[in-house]
Amino acid sequence: MDTLFTQAFATAFIAGAITAGVPLWLAGLGEQISEKSGVLNLGLEGMMLAGAFVGFSVALATGSFALGFLAGALGGALVALLMVLLCVVIHLNQIVVGIAITLAMQGATSLAHHVMYARDFPRLPRQNEWAIPFLSDIPVIGKAIFTHHPVIFMAVLLVPLLAWVFRSTHIGLNLSAAGEKPAALDIAGVSVGWTRGLAVVATGLLGGLGGAVMSNIGAGLFVPFITGGAGFMAIVLAMLARGRPTWVLGSALIVGLAMSVTTALQVGGLQIPTDVVQMLPFTLIIVVLALFGRRAGLPASLGLPYQRGAR
Amino acid sequence: MNRGLALKLLGWLRPIAPIILALLIGALILAALGRDPSAFYLQILRRTVLSPSGAQEVLVLMAPLLCLAASLIVCFRAGLWNLGVDGQYMLGGVFTSAFAAAATASMPYWFAIPCLVAIGIAVGVVWSMVPAMLRAYQGVNEIISTLMMTFLALSTGAFLIKTVFDDPESPVPQTIFLPIEDRLPRLFDSLVHVGVIAAVVIVLAVHVIMTRTAFGLKLQIVGHNPRAAEHAGLNVKRLTLAVFAISAGLAALGGAIDVLGVRGVVRADWHPSFGLLVVPLVFLARFHGVAVIAFVAFFAVLTIGGESASRRADLPHDFLLIMMSLILLILALTDHLISRLKGR
Amino acid sequence: MHQHVHAGAPAAPVVSLSGITKRFGPVLANSDVSLQLYAGEVHALLGENGAGKSTLIGILSGLLQPDAGSIVVRGQTVSIAAPREAIALGIGTVFQHATLVPTLTVVENLLLGQPWWVRLRRTQTLERLAELSRLLGVSIDPDATAGELSLGEQQQIEIIKALWRGERVLILDEPTSMLTPQGVRELGVVLNRLRSEGMAIVLITHKLHEVLEFGDRLTVLKLGQVVGALEPQRFQEMTEDQARRFIVSTMFGRKEDSVDSAASARAPVAAAKRQTSVLQQPALLELRGICTVRRQREVALDRVSFSVHSGEIFGVAGVDGNGQKQLAEVIAGQMQASSGQVFFDAHDLSSASVAQRQALGLRYLTDDRLGEGTVGSFSVALNAVLKRVGEAPFWQRGWTRDAQITSYARELIATYDVRTPGPDAPIGTLSGGNIQKLLFGRELTRAPKLVVYNKPTYGLDVANIQAARDRIRAQAQQGVAAVIISTELEELVELCDRVAVMSRGRMVGIIEACDDYAEAIGGLMVGGDSR
Repeated sequence: MDTLFTQAFATAFIAGAITAGVPLWLAGLGEQISEKSGVLNLGLEGMMLAGAFVGFSVALATGSFALGFLAGALGGALVALLMVLLCVVIHLNQIVVGIAITLAMQGATSLAHHVMYARDFPRLPRQNEWAIPFLSDIPVIGKAIFTHHPVIFMAVLLVPLLAWVFRSTHIGLNLSAAGEKPAALDIAGVSVGWTRGLAVVATGLLGGLGGAVMSNIGAGLFVPFITGGAGFMAIVLAMLARGRPTWVLGSALIVGLAMSVTTALQVGGLQIPTDVVQMLPFTLIIVVLALFGRRAGLPASLGLPYQRGAR
Repeated sequence: MNRGLALKLLGWLRPIAPIILALLIGALILAALGRDPSAFYLQILRRTVLSPSGAQEVLVLMAPLLCLAASLIVCFRAGLWNLGVDGQYMLGGVFTSAFAAAATASMPYWFAIPCLVAIGIAVGVVWSMVPAMLRAYQGVNEIISTLMMTFLALSTGAFLIKTVFDDPESPVPQTIFLPIEDRLPRLFDSLVHVGVIAAVVIVLAVHVIMTRTAFGLKLQIVGHNPRAAEHAGLNVKRLTLAVFAISAGLAALGGAIDVLGVRGVVRADWHPSFGLLVVPLVFLARFHGVAVIAFVAFFAVLTIGGESASRRADLPHDFLLIMMSLILLILALTDHLISRLKGR
Repeated sequence: MHQHVHAGAPAAPVVSLSGITKRFGPVLANSDVSLQLYAGEVHALLGENGAGKSTLIGILSGLLQPDAGSIVVRGQTVSIAAPREAIALGIGTVFQHATLVPTLTVVENLLLGQPWWVRLRRTQTLERLAELSRLLGVSIDPDATAGELSLGEQQQIEIIKALWRGERVLILDEPTSMLTPQGVRELGVVLNRLRSEGMAIVLITHKLHEVLEFGDRLTVLKLGQVVGALEPQRFQEMTEDQARRFIVSTMFGRKEDSVDSAASARAPVAAAKRQTSVLQQPALLELRGICTVRRQREVALDRVSFSVHSGEIFGVAGVDGNGQKQLAEVIAGQMQASSGQVFFDAHDLSSASVAQRQALGLRYLTDDRLGEGTVGSFSVALNAVLKRVGEAPFWQRGWTRDAQITSYARELIATYDVRTPGPDAPIGTLSGGNIQKLLFGRELTRAPKLVVYNKPTYGLDVANIQAARDRIRAQAQQGVAAVIISTELEELVELCDRVAVMSRGRMVGIIEACDDYAEAIGGLMVGGDSR
């Protein structure tokens, strides 16, 4: 029991929460962009997997984490392009295509992993972390929050950046219009296809980056199905966040905390079964849905393809 | 060729083309990886269709899959996305397994089995009520809620197996083993148990109810145009609850049949994931009961044969996932092409 | 008829369409259509439902591409591949249905479409908004959420949007369908101002009196083709009557006295006679103190109380969005009132479902034929029995009996003159007017006692409008009461024994049929809506 309240433990606990939460809120922010524009992106899990695999492979091959993250993001974007082609250009059902893409990526990354890494199961070395001067000297919190791989700080900065974009730029306006009333956007002379297409690609970039964070920082390696439903989790978080990036951050951290608690409890020697703890975030989400679900504030055209002049 | 002829051809091609194309692309991938495609596919056939025991295994696998297909047909026709079928399936199986040994030991066999099945179905129904009520009364998107309930189901099921349902005599957390003689009766001397027959009957029954009864029509109205359903005087809330209950009950039934017919026991790490894979099959069949049986058979052949073939070719059997996703995508494209040609 | 002076011989047309043809599958929406738009002129485009007006507008505004034909703008042959290009060519369109994003503010809506890489040009946008508002003589709050404005205000914003970049061609698609008489007058003023600025205006309408009031030149479309046209000189030379006859005969190919004026002439007299006997009947439907919760785009109901007698035709007038839809839904049971009671035939309906009310004889013909009244992917026959799923003789112990459904559908089709290849045709292939006829049939079978009609003749052509009104009257003769919610004053004047006026969710008054019926109603509408 003593170990539960040591500084080292608390640090590891909070840091673990952030590490677990980052992929969630990156993917969640990405999904939020898609959903704002009216595309329900169920292929997010697939994009994260693609990002995880590509990110891991490139980091392994080049030794550079930065390149790994970039590659992961691009990998996710590539998968997103497929979704753009099928859903935005050809107007196939978004849910069906999302499921198909997830299945495809699960199979493809598993296959690729088997072919490339099944023999030796390579791992990535631990990367050096950045310590923000001064702030990281605060006991407990300093090491937990202000000492991380730079990518994580970037992820945090992304939240206010996205909030600003949504509120005060044309991009934000276009996204809102594309999601609420694409006909209005079209009449205004802006291409709904391009707006939604770019939104989905942005989702792929962020989802891929989230996946890469999971494999490179979180685990240090890639195994098939490493995302374990994180993509779907992120979709739920995005839907609950009612268009506000800060809420995605908040809810992702809560989920991250719950996940971190699992390991923490095991370390602390408490006998609460991990399953119960794992149930907590999901139960919380259901409760939130029950209380606030009605005022979900989802865009009116979510999931509906837009065809100009369609009868 | 004129449009009429093209349309007719496409109508025939529609279910077959995705499968053939997916197999072709699969062959290309195999070749690219240095494996022999023809040997691969031949092994699939040899392991299943061309072997008497293999064919039986295929039929046995079809039982729970058909239940899942029936479950999805009901909810898709009503325009609802019950993506929680895996969770409902799992919990149905867990609860059935938990009471199986005790029930068969203390009650006459012919009474115990229906009771166990009923327990499984009931659990599935109850589990679906949360997303069902959220959707019916609050309009909450059921995709999120059912996905969440699946995660919850897996954790809850694992927890229960590790604690309340745990077999004290077993070193690994699992339910009490149901001996083979207490499981579902087999037909003749084969591996095929009555659950297979039951599943086929159920799928056909679902089809008939959906297409030839007032209830089925009501579901379709809700599925096609919920506002028109309100306007027409249908009780959309009650129908939504009914659809969830039926769909979840069928999925849970699949789990129960799986346990009573084949497994006999459930471990804490059981993670059934056939749900998502059955989705493309149901779409391929256009929600048609008879067609879906054929596609589920195809999928069962692919799964059982594919596992053996993958092992021989030194590949992970997740290769199958790629095939299924290809089928889904090509099918969606073909459908799109057909409706474009129809001039819609 | 208005008279205004043309500046000598017309110059070259601003826009010239030649031989425009457009097909949608088997339907020929436009067939070899040619017309010209001149600066400083209002060109009225007339036609029944399905005549091809909307398609033509779609082509001009860049939403659709013609299969054949050419478009010449200011002497240059062009192809308008997207709305963007239409705007670039100087063509602005105000559609029948608002194209504002309801969750954005007015300013944000106006900012849409500017190049996305620049910062939001709020100040400039506000200036231009003020400028154009002055031009039109209207005032708008720039920070109001678009979805919460009245429909008249939304339309004003639409016009401003259409004129934003100094467009020289303005297309108005059925602009008056949801305006008060005052609103129509204001629109007329706006049109006059724009005309004197040299704008080429296209006015699509199916209302004869609007053409006579505002039009300089007119073209009549029928089944996709141009069947008649009048240049300004000939038009000005005609009397009102001659013009009416010309239009009616080209639209319907038969010479008859103008349908509208004769009908509205006989209305008040006939109505007055009926009224006295009807009001002595017992009250069939009664609302007491009905209040509802606010919904998007609509005002909430505020203590609405009135009663309708057996065999009475009770009208509800008012600008769209003043609570009429909610009223219809509260009566029909699709919406729950937050307080107040509804009584029907001595039953308290507070806990009665939609189905139960239908069984009691309370029917509801919705204005939203496609979104709510029918299931688009079903056949005509299934839609005919949509409100009776599970009932005998169409269903027996839950099992569907196709033969019964088909024969019932055939009966309806014959009795109500629904033009369709057959009962199994998908309902999407029927024109709006025929769908409406089917819905009439659907609601009027099986002994209705009171039917709520929400805009029963909206979007119908003149012949169908008359048939519908006759049917409502015939039903009333047989004791079937009607509540008619309509934005067409002349329709209410013609049919109703009494007309109530809704304004901002309140029923501000009930007028009984009298000599200056229309003026009295119109006065209430204007007086109650002070903005």
